[in-house]
Amino acid sequence: MARWGMVIDLDKCTGCQACVVACKVENNVPVVNAEEAAKGREMLWIRVMPTVEGEYPRIKMRFMPVLCQHCDHPPSTKVCPVGATYKNPEGIVAQIYPRCIGCRYCMNACPYTIKYFNWFRPQREEIQQNYLNPEVSLRPKGVVEKCTFCHHRLIKAREQAAVEKRSLREGDFTPACVESCPARAMYFGDLDDPTSTVSKLSKSSRAFRLLEELGTEPKVIYLTEGEWHGSVGR
Amino acid sequence: MEVLGDNNFQDEALLRPIGHFGKGFLLTVTILVGVVLWGIYAYSFQVRHGLGVTGLDRPVYWGFYITNFVFFIGISHAGTLISAILRLCQAEWRRSITRAAEVITVVVLFIGAANILLDLGRPDRALFVIFHGNLTSPLLWDVVSISTYLTGSTIYLYLPLIPDIAILRDRKARPQFLYRILSLGFTGTEKEKKRLHIAISIMAVIVIPIAISVHTVVSWVFAMTIQPMWHSTIFGPYFVVGAIFSGIAALILAMAIIRRAYHLQEYLKEIHFNNLGTLLLVMALLWFYFTFAEYLTTFYGGEPDEMAVFFAKVRGPYAPYFWAMVVTNFVIPFSILCNRKTRTVAGTVIASSSVIVGMWLERFTIVVPTLVNPRIPFPRGTYFPSWIEVSLMAASFAMFILLYMGFSKLFPIVSVWEMKEGREVSVAETAERVRTYLPGESEA
Repeated sequence: MARWGMVIDLDKCTGCQACVVACKVENNVPVVNAEEAAKGREMLWIRVMPTVEGEYPRIKMRFMPVLCQHCDHPPSTKVCPVGATYKNPEGIVAQIYPRCIGCRYCMNACPYTIKYFNWFRPQREEIQQNYLNPEVSLRPKGVVEKCTFCHHRLIKAREQAAVEKRSLREGDFTPACVESCPARAMYFGDLDDPTSTVSKLSKSSRAFRLLEELGTEPKVIYLTEGEWHGSVGR
Repeated sequence: MEVLGDNNFQDEALLRPIGHFGKGFLLTVTILVGVVLWGIYAYSFQVRHGLGVTGLDRPVYWGFYITNFVFFIGISHAGTLISAILRLCQAEWRRSITRAAEVITVVVLFIGAANILLDLGRPDRALFVIFHGNLTSPLLWDVVSISTYLTGSTIYLYLPLIPDIAILRDRKARPQFLYRILSLGFTGTEKEKKRLHIAISIMAVIVIPIAISVHTVVSWVFAMTIQPMWHSTIFGPYFVVGAIFSGIAALILAMAIIRRAYHLQEYLKEIHFNNLGTLLLVMALLWFYFTFAEYLTTFYGGEPDEMAVFFAKVRGPYAPYFWAMVVTNFVIPFSILCNRKTRTVAGTVIASSSVIVGMWLERFTIVVPTLVNPRIPFPRGTYFPSWIEVSLMAASFAMFILLYMGFSKLFPIVSVWEMKEGREVSVAETAERVRTYLPGESEA
């Protein structure tokens, strides 16, 4: 069985946020109004985390796309009182919306603060209603949601492979963020397949994981900046 | 056969409040019902619009509701636990206070559990916890231990209440059917009394570990995560100490009000407040010890994620809450209670009010600052409660007081038969017991 994982090369990431937009559209992630966003209630299953280093005028910006880390030992799943969030056999940390009671315990237990809560019933303008992705279920108010590694795409890819009477190949299943990255900074595949790109890259000397020391064993692997030192104004 | 069975009944004052509603009582009830109704409106508003109407945001997913949950469950340790310990120690001064204490437990547990429901995004799915329970979740442990505690402490409240209900039945108090059913045909024979004593003793032993488990498990909701300043091994005992601390304070306040409102100065004497005041002093010291140990360990370790939370508390945006907590939980009660002269009714009441505020602040400064400062510092949050949360907190307190007042009008808030027993049996028994402690006497 596959163990799905992602590699993000920070050397290549330009911080353009194409992944953020692609994710939002693909997964019907609700848009919140400016007032709510100011309260920190915006919903972005993947977001680009900026860090500013140095002081003016020698400033360096770094960008880091952060999504659910799909931990092999997720701190969020074991605390759920109703089993609404769990790690599936392929390592994807999933959320069952009709089961979730909205206690937000998983959100508090997640050290990456990467789960989102539906504070209100999602407000969608008419035009948005017409462009909803029919493959992704809509969440009601009061439940927790999160990145699924575009699990619906996996289901589709597997069905396609079954029709063609073959097993899944690399590239059959790619989440929307990875697909949309113009700089090709993101890679996706089976970490247990030694020939896959992600599995090779994950062994790079530049590879690190977020908050590795907590022992959560994330399946999102970052490649640190190192080979190319790009900075504006140097 | 009548339970009292004799003519020289001296405790008429204890039965007087039952079925008598004074002006002050009705006025208080009116105000409290108003607050509760307002709370119901606020909650219906929240259900209609979603939890967005609260001040919660990302990353502060828990606020007032969870703080109140922990606080009220803490208060519940007043009753059953203290009453059970005093009973088992044969502390004779307990007789007039155990009932008042036990009622606090039973009533406040409902309020605490209700605050968890208020916090749910999908209260309609609350029963999923039973149908789809996940054993590895500390919240499920909470559900189990709190419902066990509620059952245990209800039985423990009810057992010593049976003879008093029988007295009310004999005196044709109304509603007669209620007393008739609840008295279980108790007539006060020796055999019945003996069985009752055995049952009470068994329950007193059983409820102690249950009570300890309840607040330990509440602390584990936080301690089992790996979040900075939540993931602490001393949280279990720290929360239990805090719970007993706030519980005693609540009991002292309740006693002072009962004493005043029902003119029971003869039953709830200075000595009771003095003794409970001493207990409160011990708990204040214990609380300080735990707090000091917890914060020093964090500070000395200096782990950056922990320090972000630590500094948010001691000199950051939560410093006013934190230092107010230190003053109200330690400085004020300690300076009042360490002196025999100020350990009076008024003194202990001031100390207790201070502790109630302080323990609420303690729960708040445990829940919120950790959430405000997550390990991945994007975003760092802020939290300020909305009118909904404040209203529901007020309604929680109002509901608690209402239920407590209601109980005191249906049943004697000071145990009638236990006072009688103390007078008729225990005075001699205690003298006898003391004699056996002395040299030259055979063991009892």
